[in-house]
Amino acid sequence: MQEMMIAKARELLKSGAVQRVLGWKAGEFAYDVEPAVFESAQELEKSFVYNDFCGSNLSKYLIAQSRKEGKTLVFLKPCDTYSFSQLLAEHRIVRENVYAIGIPCQGKTDGETLKGKGFTGILSAQCEGDTFTVHTLYGDKTAARADVLPERCLNCKSKKHMIYDELLGEDGEVLDSHRFDMVEKLEKMTPDERFAFWRGELSRCIRCNACRNVCPACTCEKCVFDNDASGIAQKAAADSFEENMFHIIRAFHVAGRCTDCGECSRVCPQNIPLHLLNRKFIKDINELYGAYQAGEDPDAKSPLTDYTMNDAEPGIVYHRGGNQ
Amino acid sequence: MKQLSLEKLNDLFALIGQTEALYLPVDDAAGQAAYRRWQPGYTLSKALNTVRSAKDFFFPQTENLVDFKMQGKSIEVIDPRTEQENFVLFGVRACDARSFSILDKVFLADPVDTYYQSRREHGTIVTLACTRPEETCFCTVFGIDPAEPAGDVSCWIEENTLFMKANTPKGDALLTLAAPLLSEGGDDAVAAQQAATRSVLARLPLAKLSLDGMGGESMLKLFDSDKWAELSQACIGCGTCTFVCPTCQCYDIKDFNTGDGVRRFRCWDSCMYSDFTRMAHGNPRLTQRERFRQRFMHKLVYFPANNHGEYGCVGCGRCLSKCPVSMNIVKVAKALEGEVK
Repeated sequence: MQEMMIAKARELLKSGAVQRVLGWKAGEFAYDVEPAVFESAQELEKSFVYNDFCGSNLSKYLIAQSRKEGKTLVFLKPCDTYSFSQLLAEHRIVRENVYAIGIPCQGKTDGETLKGKGFTGILSAQCEGDTFTVHTLYGDKTAARADVLPERCLNCKSKKHMIYDELLGEDGEVLDSHRFDMVEKLEKMTPDERFAFWRGELSRCIRCNACRNVCPACTCEKCVFDNDASGIAQKAAADSFEENMFHIIRAFHVAGRCTDCGECSRVCPQNIPLHLLNRKFIKDINELYGAYQAGEDPDAKSPLTDYTMNDAEPGIVYHRGGNQ
Repeated sequence: MKQLSLEKLNDLFALIGQTEALYLPVDDAAGQAAYRRWQPGYTLSKALNTVRSAKDFFFPQTENLVDFKMQGKSIEVIDPRTEQENFVLFGVRACDARSFSILDKVFLADPVDTYYQSRREHGTIVTLACTRPEETCFCTVFGIDPAEPAGDVSCWIEENTLFMKANTPKGDALLTLAAPLLSEGGDDAVAAQQAATRSVLARLPLAKLSLDGMGGESMLKLFDSDKWAELSQACIGCGTCTFVCPTCQCYDIKDFNTGDGVRRFRCWDSCMYSDFTRMAHGNPRLTQRERFRQRFMHKLVYFPANNHGEYGCVGCGRCLSKCPVSMNIVKVAKALEGEVK
């Protein structure tokens, strides 16, 4: 696939159809692939990669890239196309300046996930078929792909591309995932247990803002938390609940727009399962307003910004177990 | 050299914990290591290092500096500090131990930062030698030997034994306290472990990272390099690298309105943030390119220029592991290498 992508990118650069290519660049190790812009065939040959570590979602970079002169070619995995589509619906990307090529994905892992599975001192890693072979300072190890994929890929919601100008490889299907299982588990907890769970997780937050900055739904030009004039911009937490509140507010702000791409949890240095907050909102929206997937249809109206006579009334919280 | 069977490690922690606050790396709910105050039932993490560095103990993320209480036309100035208790930091790795001496150069230089100084004076650092360095480790580039870590006490764990060696009067005091549990011996076992570790160190992929040409001599050349645009293009402007870094030392001072006065606090700041060093006219670093450049110029150029060639990095590898877009100081140093040749 990588060779096909490079060939296609070279062809489009050469013909002048696009002026730059947004893709992934090889790093120092097998896994530290970084998002990058390529402007020549030489640059592509030198470091363009598409492998099992290209997890980062390139859609958000298009906000800036699509405002440059000329066209940007972008490679999008199925789940990235949901973000791209949602950003288009929000008028954040200049569509005519983007040439989007859909590419297949079998799930992406990363260095942190491999390390979490006990692979330390990683010198190289290859995947043949469904088996990862990792060469480490302390010997070679193998693992099945499914054993080294992060949660978001194990519960992949779709192998189908929502939007593209061209497709490389076969398109897949929307999958019947188990992504709401953990949310259901949390819903079954007592309020005290659930509160304790989230306090435990969110107490590790170091407020680095990686979740917010990577999030394709967080595209405010100036975040309220960075704005001194807002009165709530604090680099320091006023009390032990402030970081918790930050994540709750952020989840509210992206509700109905979050496509569940899982970048927030991927980048969190403290491994906080932030995606569960967003999934709770997605699940609630599905239950209260009917099935809705952000990024699926750019022309669909988001339930939270639309009004129908059948909308749930605020009193629904009591029917769902809320305190009177 | 003193030694102790690992079966008695909890007795050692209990003994130290009785007299002083003892902190050590334990596994958190997500399976990563974090420093926690020891209590019965806690076990020492087997992780190579903690996600947050040990700098937190001397330079906490947030601290109150002074309170101003207003009553009518009088203002009372209150020092919010309570007496600093003695504490022991157990299990610090060689890289983090070196970071303290880098932070000392900033906070203990005239005028001395008494908040930091007090914590340094009351803290006893017990380091632990590394035996399984990772590919992201490059402390040896800075002359650090993870098989012989600095600190008040150095420790090695080999099979079922903990070996301890005091390096300072504070370290002597700690080993005297622990004396009832300790016996003599272990030089050979430690030497054998060090030899094994050093053979791994020589094979680390970043062991030969070159920083030739970095430092003050190339300041303008590096500052004006056109590499920064490419290096910073993927940066999302979060503060992960700065917050997990053991040597990042920038902070912001802000006032919090308490209703009847002002609480002046300081908190970690990040040069990656849009309001870093913001003044009346705005942020002097207009785009992420300049903010990104600041971080690496500080560590590789400005700091050594002001500190006899010592770099503001200890090669712990945290930024290599944690950057959301996999950009880091190693990639920057390699990219800039050609600029100064």
